[in-house]
Amino acid sequence: MRLSLVGISHHVAPVELRERVALPLDRAASLARRLGDAVCLSTCNRTEVYLAGGDESRALASLEELAGEPLRAVAYRLHDEAAAVHLFRVSAGLDSLVPGESEILGQVRAAFDAARPGPFLDRVFRQALALGKRVRAETAIGESPASVPAAAAALAQQVFGDLAGRRVLLVGAGRIGELAAGSLSARGAAIAFVANRSPEAGAALAARFGAEAVSLGDVPAKLGEVDVVLAATGASGALIGAGDVPARRRHPLFFIDIAVPRDVDPAVGALEGCYLYDIDDLEAVVAETLSGRRAEAERAEQLVALEAQRFKEWRASLEVVPAIASLRARAEEIRAGELAKLGALSEDERRTVESVTAQILNKLLHLPTVRMKEAAVGPDGARYAHAVRHLFGLDEEP
Amino acid sequence: MAEAFFWPALVAYGEAALAYSSPRFSGLGTWGVRVGWLAQTALLALQAVRVDGFPWSSWAGSLNLFVWLVVGTYLIWGCRPRFRLLGLTVMPLAVVLFLAARIGGGTAVGERSHYGNVFLVLHVGLVLAAFAGFTLAAGLSGLYLVEERRLKRRAADILRLRLPSLVTLERLATRTIAVSLPLLTLGLVAGFVRLRDRGGGVDALMGATIAAWGVYAAFLALRPTGRTGAHLALAGFALVIVARVALAGSHF
Repeated sequence: MRLSLVGISHHVAPVELRERVALPLDRAASLARRLGDAVCLSTCNRTEVYLAGGDESRALASLEELAGEPLRAVAYRLHDEAAAVHLFRVSAGLDSLVPGESEILGQVRAAFDAARPGPFLDRVFRQALALGKRVRAETAIGESPASVPAAAAALAQQVFGDLAGRRVLLVGAGRIGELAAGSLSARGAAIAFVANRSPEAGAALAARFGAEAVSLGDVPAKLGEVDVVLAATGASGALIGAGDVPARRRHPLFFIDIAVPRDVDPAVGALEGCYLYDIDDLEAVVAETLSGRRAEAERAEQLVALEAQRFKEWRASLEVVPAIASLRARAEEIRAGELAKLGALSEDERRTVESVTAQILNKLLHLPTVRMKEAAVGPDGARYAHAVRHLFGLDEEP
Repeated sequence: MAEAFFWPALVAYGEAALAYSSPRFSGLGTWGVRVGWLAQTALLALQAVRVDGFPWSSWAGSLNLFVWLVVGTYLIWGCRPRFRLLGLTVMPLAVVLFLAARIGGGTAVGERSHYGNVFLVLHVGLVLAAFAGFTLAAGLSGLYLVEERRLKRRAADILRLRLPSLVTLERLATRTIAVSLPLLTLGLVAGFVRLRDRGGGVDALMGATIAAWGVYAAFLALRPTGRTGAHLALAGFALVIVARVALAGSHF
């Protein structure tokens, strides 16, 4: 059985092309069924068709039909071990735009579940899914944030732990502030106040988060009521000074200043119980975590290499399994034939003879079976299988 | 027989102390703590069975019990990956104190105890349990100061080498002290009852222990937060160390 892969991804195709080829899950599954024993994995970054012994030119033609243009120049075609390694890297998150992102594993599982492929692809995809889980369990590749908003939220967690119930003051209603607030909100924090120069924009964003809209002048008064201050305005100078921070607090106050010029006076960071991160600090944290992801990616690649070896061994064993099965069947046939020639024997005698001949057969065939399986992994595997077939006349009629 | 438990416990604690120095091997460190603690538990059980009276009445014996309590307290929640650095402070200390207990004869079996009084058992057991709790609280406070400093300095690697959050560390340290102080109070009361029965004065170790009690009582009464709270917990622990190590010989 041959494993083939045809596809395009963010490595080779621009988004204008990828979006034409991208398919929702149900259409990807129906394409896979049309192509025979196949799985179609379609995400925003890739559309790939995995085939078990199928016609890859039909798969490519299907993708070209979706794209409305020839894809030969950009589509990749991989076979057997290379195709399997690609799938392993995809499910491990190593082929993703951000190494280690976790969404892809769920997408691989969904594509596999929807396609319900035959035993060969079933085995390969289960191996890939298990590897994806193992990579995330045994490496820290997916643990660190890969963007400024995610880093801001992760840092807030370093101060407060669980963010559930923590109150956030969002200063500025711009896009980046909204994204960072969304990241905090997704981790359980409550956006309590939104302060903005334009009351309309502030009120609209506050309504989206279920927060109270306040004016920029109210910001100092609200500092005592919140745990996190997220500043992201376009103001030309600092809006929050050290003197604005309430002196007697029993809880930490975390400032995230993603505005340029900065909204929070750097002196605030020196106050007891106050922690201040500006955009440069956050970008440095993201760069550091991404380099950490790359280091973890090396460990993940080692796990992929191990799985690739296992795939190679399994696939090679498939080549010799028919020869081994034929050899054993032929031997058993001969044994049964010779037993039938025996004259009248008592039940006990017959059982003894059957047992002894079966043991002789097993002992004789054990070593050749083991050796063939071992040789199957190497370059001479097919030759061994052929030699056994020839020597024992396995392809001839008995 | 004691050797069969002492050495596995020491080796396992030593393995944990080394393994915690690398994030990759922290899982092995956790197993070292578990295996070592079980081996030491067996050693203590053997000592308890073979002795006539309270088995850990010498300073070295009480040190052995103290190590077991510290590691046991750490085992309750400290083995989680984020508390790896706490293991890095607790386990080497455990190894050193366990070795000191051995050198002092505190891990031997079958020695005759000159104490059998139930009040004394309560006194030593409760005071050592409290000290073990204060040791953990000090470790947590130390971690708090490390993490607080990293946040203040805006260390770029703060999310790569993650510690528990400041609020978590502060809460756990406070809870540990809140549990340990009543134990120390009861242990001191038991000691004073015996002192009244048998007569005798207050020695230096008792003075240091009472001072530590005062510091921790102030901690719970004032509930200082942030660095102040961490420093106060460490100040209390300094008195515990003085009482436990420097002045131990004056009391037993």
